[in-house]
Amino acid sequence: MFFVVRRMKHVVKIMSLVVAVSSIWIVLLQAAIIPRSYTLLQLPIYFVVSLGCYGLLMIGIGLMQFPTCPEESVLLQHDIAEAKDYLSGNGIEVVSD
Amino acid sequence: MADENESKGEKKYKYSIIIPTYNERLNIAIIVYLIFKHLRDVDFEIIVVDDGSPDGTQEIVKQLQQLYGEDRILLRARAKKLGLGTAYIHGLKHATGDFVVIMDADLSHHPKYLPSFIKKQLETNASIVTGTRYVKGGGVHGWNLMRKLTSRGANVLAQTLLWPGVSDLTGSFRLYKKSALEDVISSCVSKGYVFQMEMIVRATRKGYHIEEVPITFVDRVFGTSKLGGSEIVEYLKGLVYLLLTT
Repeated sequence: MFFVVRRMKHVVKIMSLVVAVSSIWIVLLQAAIIPRSYTLLQLPIYFVVSLGCYGLLMIGIGLMQFPTCPEESVLLQHDIAEAKDYLSGNGIEVVSD
Repeated sequence: MADENESKGEKKYKYSIIIPTYNERLNIAIIVYLIFKHLRDVDFEIIVVDDGSPDGTQEIVKQLQQLYGEDRILLRARAKKLGLGTAYIHGLKHATGDFVVIMDADLSHHPKYLPSFIKKQLETNASIVTGTRYVKGGGVHGWNLMRKLTSRGANVLAQTLLWPGVSDLTGSFRLYKKSALEDVISSCVSKGYVFQMEMIVRATRKGYHIEEVPITFVDRVFGTSKLGGSEIVEYLKGLVYLLLTT
Protein backbone atom coordinates (compact mmCIF):
# COMPACT_ATOMS: atom_id res chain seq x y z
CA MET A 1 0.00 0.00 0.00
CA PHE A 2 2.80 2.37 0.95
CA PHE A 3 4.67 1.39 -2.20
CA VAL A 4 1.62 2.26 -4.27
CA VAL A 5 1.36 5.66 -2.61
CA ARG A 6 5.08 6.31 -3.18
CA ARG A 7 4.89 5.53 -6.88
CA MET A 8 1.88 7.81 -7.52
CA LYS A 9 2.35 11.05 -9.35
CA HIS A 10 2.25 13.91 -6.87
CA VAL A 11 -0.93 15.43 -8.31
CA VAL A 12 -2.69 12.11 -7.73
CA LYS A 13 -1.76 12.27 -4.06
CA ILE A 14 -3.19 15.79 -3.82
CA MET A 15 -6.37 14.73 -5.60
CA SER A 16 -6.77 11.79 -3.22
CA LEU A 17 -6.58 14.19 -0.29
CA VAL A 18 -9.22 16.42 -1.89
CA VAL A 19 -11.46 13.40 -2.48
CA ALA A 20 -10.96 12.21 1.11
CA VAL A 21 -11.90 15.60 2.55
CA SER A 22 -14.90 15.88 0.22
CA SER A 23 -16.11 12.43 1.27
CA ILE A 24 -16.05 13.48 4.91
CA TRP A 25 -18.09 16.54 3.93
CA ILE A 26 -20.64 14.38 2.04
CA VAL A 27 -20.88 11.89 4.92
CA LEU A 28 -21.53 14.72 7.36
CA LEU A 29 -24.24 16.04 5.01
CA GLN A 30 -25.89 12.63 4.77
CA ALA A 31 -25.64 11.71 8.45
CA ALA A 32 -27.08 15.06 9.51
CA ILE A 33 -25.23 15.01 12.85
CA ILE A 34 -24.58 18.67 12.26
CA PRO A 35 -27.47 20.73 10.79
CA ARG A 36 -27.44 20.40 6.97
CA SER A 37 -27.47 24.10 6.20
CA TYR A 38 -24.43 24.55 8.40
CA THR A 39 -22.44 21.71 6.85
CA LEU A 40 -23.36 22.61 3.30
CA LEU A 41 -21.80 26.01 3.08
CA GLN A 42 -20.36 27.17 6.37
CA LEU A 43 -18.09 24.19 7.06
CA PRO A 44 -16.28 24.40 3.74
CA ILE A 45 -15.89 28.15 4.16
CA TYR A 46 -14.47 27.74 7.65
CA PHE A 47 -12.13 25.05 6.33
CA VAL A 48 -10.80 27.19 3.51
CA VAL A 49 -10.46 30.25 5.74
CA SER A 50 -8.54 28.23 8.36
CA LEU A 51 -6.21 26.95 5.65
CA GLY A 52 -5.66 30.53 4.53
CA CYS A 53 -4.98 31.69 8.10
CA TYR A 54 -2.58 28.83 8.62
CA GLY A 55 -0.73 29.81 5.46
CA LEU A 56 -0.51 33.45 6.55
CA LEU A 57 0.67 32.37 9.98
CA MET A 58 3.45 30.28 8.45
CA ILE A 59 4.48 33.24 6.29
CA GLY A 60 4.49 35.56 9.29
CA ILE A 61 6.50 33.22 11.48
CA GLY A 62 8.94 32.56 8.66
CA LEU A 63 9.33 36.29 8.11
CA MET A 64 10.02 36.95 11.79
CA GLN A 65 12.54 34.14 11.97
CA PHE A 66 14.16 34.97 8.62
CA PRO A 67 17.84 34.37 9.17
CA THR A 68 20.03 37.32 8.21
CA CYS A 69 23.80 37.60 8.14
CA PRO A 70 25.03 41.20 7.88
CA GLU A 71 28.48 40.14 9.07
CA GLU A 72 28.87 38.00 5.96
CA SER A 73 28.97 41.08 3.78
CA VAL A 74 31.95 42.38 5.76
CA LEU A 75 33.71 39.02 5.62
CA LEU A 76 33.15 38.92 1.88
CA GLN A 77 34.80 42.33 1.46
CA HIS A 78 37.85 41.00 3.32
CA ASP A 79 37.94 37.92 1.11
CA ILE A 80 37.74 40.05 -2.01
CA ALA A 81 40.61 42.25 -0.83
CA GLU A 82 42.70 39.21 0.05
CA ALA A 83 42.00 37.67 -3.35
CA LYS A 84 42.88 40.86 -5.22
CA ASP A 85 46.16 41.12 -3.32
CA TYR A 86 47.21 37.59 -4.14
CA LEU A 87 46.13 37.79 -7.76
CA SER A 88 47.85 41.09 -8.53
CA GLY A 89 50.96 39.68 -6.88
CA ASN A 90 50.80 36.91 -9.48
CA GLY A 91 50.22 39.16 -12.43
CA ILE A 92 46.46 39.00 -12.70
CA GLU A 93 44.88 42.41 -12.50
CA VAL A 94 41.28 42.44 -11.34
CA VAL A 95 39.89 45.92 -11.66
CA SER A 96 36.51 46.87 -10.21
CA ASP A 97 33.96 48.54 -12.41
CA MET B 1 46.04 8.61 15.28
CA ALA B 2 42.90 6.62 14.45
CA ASP B 3 41.72 9.44 12.19
CA GLU B 4 44.94 9.40 10.20
CA ASN B 5 44.66 5.68 9.54
CA GLU B 6 41.01 6.06 8.57
CA SER B 7 41.75 8.74 5.99
CA LYS B 8 44.50 6.61 4.48
CA GLY B 9 42.03 3.81 3.89
CA GLU B 10 39.33 6.14 2.55
CA LYS B 11 38.76 6.41 -1.14
CA LYS B 12 39.78 9.77 -2.58
CA TYR B 13 37.00 11.36 -4.59
CA LYS B 14 37.29 14.00 -7.28
CA TYR B 15 34.93 16.96 -7.42
CA SER B 16 34.00 18.87 -10.57
CA ILE B 17 32.82 22.41 -9.88
CA ILE B 18 30.72 23.83 -12.72
CA ILE B 19 30.41 27.60 -12.78
CA PRO B 20 28.31 29.18 -15.56
CA THR B 21 29.47 32.72 -16.25
CA TYR B 22 28.31 35.76 -18.16
CA ASN B 23 30.19 39.01 -17.65
CA GLU B 24 31.90 37.91 -14.45
CA ARG B 25 35.40 39.15 -15.22
CA LEU B 26 35.98 40.38 -11.70
CA ASN B 27 34.15 37.74 -9.71
CA ILE B 28 35.47 34.64 -11.47
CA ALA B 29 39.06 35.37 -10.44
CA ILE B 30 38.04 35.90 -6.82
CA ILE B 31 35.92 32.79 -6.76
CA VAL B 32 38.75 30.68 -8.18
CA TYR B 33 41.12 32.04 -5.54
CA LEU B 34 38.65 31.26 -2.76
CA ILE B 35 37.98 27.74 -4.03
CA PHE B 36 41.68 26.96 -4.01
CA LYS B 37 41.96 28.51 -0.56
CA HIS B 38 39.18 26.41 0.98
CA LEU B 39 39.77 23.10 -0.80
CA ARG B 40 43.47 22.64 -0.16
CA ASP B 41 43.54 18.87 0.31
CA VAL B 42 40.79 18.05 -2.15
CA ASP B 43 41.07 16.69 -5.67
CA PHE B 44 38.94 19.00 -7.80
CA GLU B 45 38.57 20.74 -11.12
CA ILE B 46 36.75 23.96 -11.96
CA ILE B 47 34.75 24.02 -15.19
CA VAL B 48 33.91 27.53 -16.34
CA VAL B 49 31.07 27.58 -18.85
CA ASP B 50 31.19 31.08 -20.30
CA ASP B 51 28.50 32.21 -22.73
CA GLY B 52 30.61 34.48 -24.89
CA SER B 53 31.01 37.29 -22.33
CA PRO B 54 31.94 40.56 -23.98
CA ASP B 55 33.73 41.87 -20.87
CA GLY B 56 36.83 39.69 -21.14
CA THR B 57 35.83 36.94 -18.69
CA GLN B 58 37.49 34.30 -20.85
CA GLU B 59 40.79 36.22 -20.94
CA ILE B 60 40.87 36.31 -17.14
CA VAL B 61 40.09 32.58 -17.01
CA LYS B 62 43.03 31.88 -19.35
CA GLN B 63 45.30 33.87 -17.04
CA LEU B 64 44.00 31.87 -14.09
CA GLN B 65 44.77 28.70 -16.02
CA GLN B 66 48.38 29.84 -16.32
CA LEU B 67 48.53 30.43 -12.60
CA TYR B 68 46.72 27.36 -11.29
CA GLY B 69 47.12 24.82 -14.08
CA GLU B 70 45.03 23.88 -17.08
CA ASP B 71 44.15 20.57 -15.49
CA ARG B 72 42.55 22.36 -12.53
CA ILE B 73 40.65 25.04 -14.46
CA LEU B 74 38.79 24.07 -17.60
CA LEU B 75 37.33 26.72 -19.88
CA ARG B 76 34.46 25.29 -21.85
CA ALA B 77 32.91 28.32 -23.51
CA ARG B 78 29.88 28.69 -25.68
CA ALA B 79 29.15 31.20 -28.42
CA LYS B 80 26.31 33.08 -26.78
CA LYS B 81 23.90 33.15 -23.85
CA LEU B 82 22.14 29.82 -24.02
CA GLY B 83 20.63 29.36 -20.59
CA LEU B 84 21.53 27.77 -17.30
CA GLY B 85 20.24 24.24 -17.82
CA THR B 86 22.19 23.75 -21.02
CA ALA B 87 25.25 25.31 -19.35
CA TYR B 88 25.17 22.57 -16.71
CA ILE B 89 24.72 19.88 -19.35
CA HIS B 90 27.61 21.33 -21.34
CA GLY B 91 29.82 21.40 -18.24
CA LEU B 92 28.79 17.86 -17.29
CA LYS B 93 30.09 16.53 -20.60
CA HIS B 94 33.59 17.64 -19.59
CA ALA B 95 33.40 16.70 -15.92
CA THR B 96 35.72 13.92 -14.79
CA GLY B 97 34.86 14.00 -11.10
CA ASP B 98 32.82 11.55 -9.06
CA PHE B 99 30.79 14.46 -7.79
CA VAL B 100 29.60 17.68 -9.40
CA VAL B 101 29.12 20.98 -7.60
CA ILE B 102 27.10 23.74 -9.19
CA MET B 103 27.38 27.29 -7.96
CA ASP B 104 26.90 30.89 -9.07
CA ALA B 105 29.77 33.07 -10.21
CA ASP B 106 28.64 36.32 -8.61
CA LEU B 107 29.99 35.54 -5.12
CA SER B 108 26.52 35.09 -3.63
CA HIS B 109 27.69 31.50 -3.08
CA HIS B 110 30.83 31.49 -0.98
CA PRO B 111 33.36 28.70 -1.59
CA LYS B 112 34.01 28.45 2.14
CA TYR B 113 30.94 26.21 2.37
CA LEU B 114 32.35 23.65 -0.06
CA PRO B 115 34.04 21.61 2.72
CA SER B 116 30.72 21.35 4.58
CA PHE B 117 28.98 20.08 1.44
CA ILE B 118 31.68 17.46 0.96
CA LYS B 119 31.66 16.46 4.61
CA LYS B 120 27.88 16.10 4.69
CA GLN B 121 27.92 13.89 1.64
CA LEU B 122 30.67 11.66 3.03
CA GLU B 123 28.88 11.34 6.37
CA THR B 124 25.47 10.47 4.98
CA ASN B 125 26.29 9.02 1.55
CA ALA B 126 23.62 11.32 0.13
CA SER B 127 23.12 11.57 -3.62
CA ILE B 128 22.50 15.29 -3.41
CA VAL B 129 23.55 17.91 -0.87
CA THR B 130 21.77 21.22 -1.29
CA GLY B 131 22.57 24.52 0.37
CA THR B 132 19.73 26.17 2.24
CA ARG B 133 19.55 29.83 3.20
CA TYR B 134 16.47 29.47 5.34
CA VAL B 135 17.62 27.47 8.36
CA LYS B 136 19.54 28.43 11.46
CA GLY B 137 23.18 28.79 10.55
CA GLY B 138 22.24 30.01 7.12
CA GLY B 139 20.96 33.38 6.08
CA VAL B 140 20.56 36.11 3.53
CA HIS B 141 22.02 39.60 3.40
CA GLY B 142 20.89 42.37 1.07
CA TRP B 143 17.17 41.65 0.87
CA ASN B 144 14.62 44.26 1.88
CA LEU B 145 11.35 43.42 3.64
CA MET B 146 9.37 43.08 0.40
CA ARG B 147 11.87 40.64 -1.01
CA LYS B 148 11.86 38.57 2.17
CA LEU B 149 8.06 38.56 2.18
CA THR B 150 7.76 37.30 -1.38
CA SER B 151 10.46 34.73 -0.74
CA ARG B 152 8.68 33.45 2.35
CA GLY B 153 5.27 33.48 0.65
CA ALA B 154 6.63 31.64 -2.37
CA ASN B 155 8.27 29.09 -0.12
CA VAL B 156 5.11 28.39 1.94
CA LEU B 157 3.08 27.99 -1.24
CA ALA B 158 5.61 25.63 -2.78
CA GLN B 159 5.90 23.58 0.42
CA THR B 160 2.11 23.22 0.64
CA LEU B 161 1.65 22.23 -2.99
CA LEU B 162 4.75 20.21 -3.75
CA TRP B 163 5.99 18.66 -0.45
CA PRO B 164 9.53 18.95 -1.78
CA GLY B 165 11.46 17.65 1.19
CA VAL B 166 13.91 20.56 1.18
CA SER B 167 13.64 23.97 2.81
CA ASP B 168 15.21 26.03 0.00
CA LEU B 169 13.73 25.20 -3.38
CA THR B 170 15.22 27.88 -5.58
CA GLY B 171 18.76 27.64 -4.28
CA SER B 172 21.44 26.78 -6.82
CA PHE B 173 24.39 25.90 -4.61
CA ARG B 174 24.37 22.10 -4.72
CA LEU B 175 26.55 19.01 -4.76
CA TYR B 176 25.41 16.02 -6.80
CA LYS B 177 26.70 12.54 -7.35
CA LYS B 178 27.58 12.72 -11.03
CA SER B 179 25.17 9.92 -11.95
CA ALA B 180 22.34 11.59 -10.01
CA LEU B 181 22.84 14.91 -11.79
CA GLU B 182 22.93 13.26 -15.21
CA ASP B 183 19.73 11.40 -14.41
CA VAL B 184 17.79 14.37 -13.02
CA ILE B 185 18.93 16.98 -15.54
CA SER B 186 17.84 14.87 -18.50
CA SER B 187 14.21 15.11 -17.38
CA CYS B 188 14.10 18.86 -16.64
CA VAL B 189 12.77 21.37 -19.14
CA SER B 190 12.15 24.61 -17.23
CA LYS B 191 14.19 27.79 -17.34
CA GLY B 192 15.66 30.12 -14.73
CA TYR B 193 14.98 29.54 -11.07
CA VAL B 194 12.01 27.26 -11.86
CA PHE B 195 14.67 25.00 -13.36
CA GLN B 196 16.39 24.79 -9.96
CA MET B 197 13.05 23.94 -8.38
CA GLU B 198 12.31 21.33 -10.99
CA MET B 199 15.69 19.68 -10.42
CA ILE B 200 15.21 19.25 -6.71
CA VAL B 201 11.55 18.23 -6.92
CA ARG B 202 12.26 15.62 -9.60
CA ALA B 203 15.14 14.33 -7.51
CA THR B 204 12.80 14.00 -4.53
CA ARG B 205 10.21 12.17 -6.61
CA LYS B 206 12.84 9.77 -7.94
CA GLY B 207 13.70 8.88 -4.37
CA TYR B 208 17.23 10.30 -4.22
CA HIS B 209 18.71 10.78 -0.75
CA ILE B 210 18.95 14.55 -0.30
CA GLU B 211 20.67 16.34 2.58
CA GLU B 212 20.88 20.05 3.38
CA VAL B 213 23.62 22.26 4.73
CA PRO B 214 23.13 25.88 5.87
CA ILE B 215 24.71 28.51 3.66
CA THR B 216 24.80 32.28 3.76
CA PHE B 217 23.84 34.23 0.68
CA VAL B 218 25.07 37.77 0.12
CA ASP B 219 23.00 39.39 -2.60
CA ARG B 220 25.23 42.02 -4.16
CA VAL B 221 22.86 43.00 -6.94
CA PHE B 222 21.47 45.89 -4.98
CA GLY B 223 18.71 48.00 -6.39
CA THR B 224 17.59 45.75 -9.22
CA SER B 225 14.01 44.75 -8.78
CA LYS B 226 14.12 41.04 -9.48
CA LEU B 227 10.55 40.43 -8.51
CA GLY B 228 8.08 42.20 -10.75
CA GLY B 229 4.61 41.01 -11.66
CA SER B 230 5.82 38.88 -14.54
CA GLU B 231 8.28 37.07 -12.25
CA ILE B 232 5.44 36.14 -9.92
CA VAL B 233 3.34 34.87 -12.83
CA GLU B 234 6.28 32.81 -14.07
CA TYR B 235 6.70 31.35 -10.61
CA LEU B 236 3.04 30.40 -10.28
CA LYS B 237 3.07 28.83 -13.73
CA GLY B 238 6.15 26.90 -12.72
CA LEU B 239 4.46 25.66 -9.55
CA VAL B 240 1.41 24.43 -11.43
CA TYR B 241 3.65 22.76 -14.03
CA LEU B 242 5.59 20.98 -11.28
CA LEU B 243 2.40 20.05 -9.48
CA LEU B 244 1.01 18.36 -12.56
CA THR B 245 4.08 16.75 -14.07
CA THR B 246 6.18 15.48 -11.17
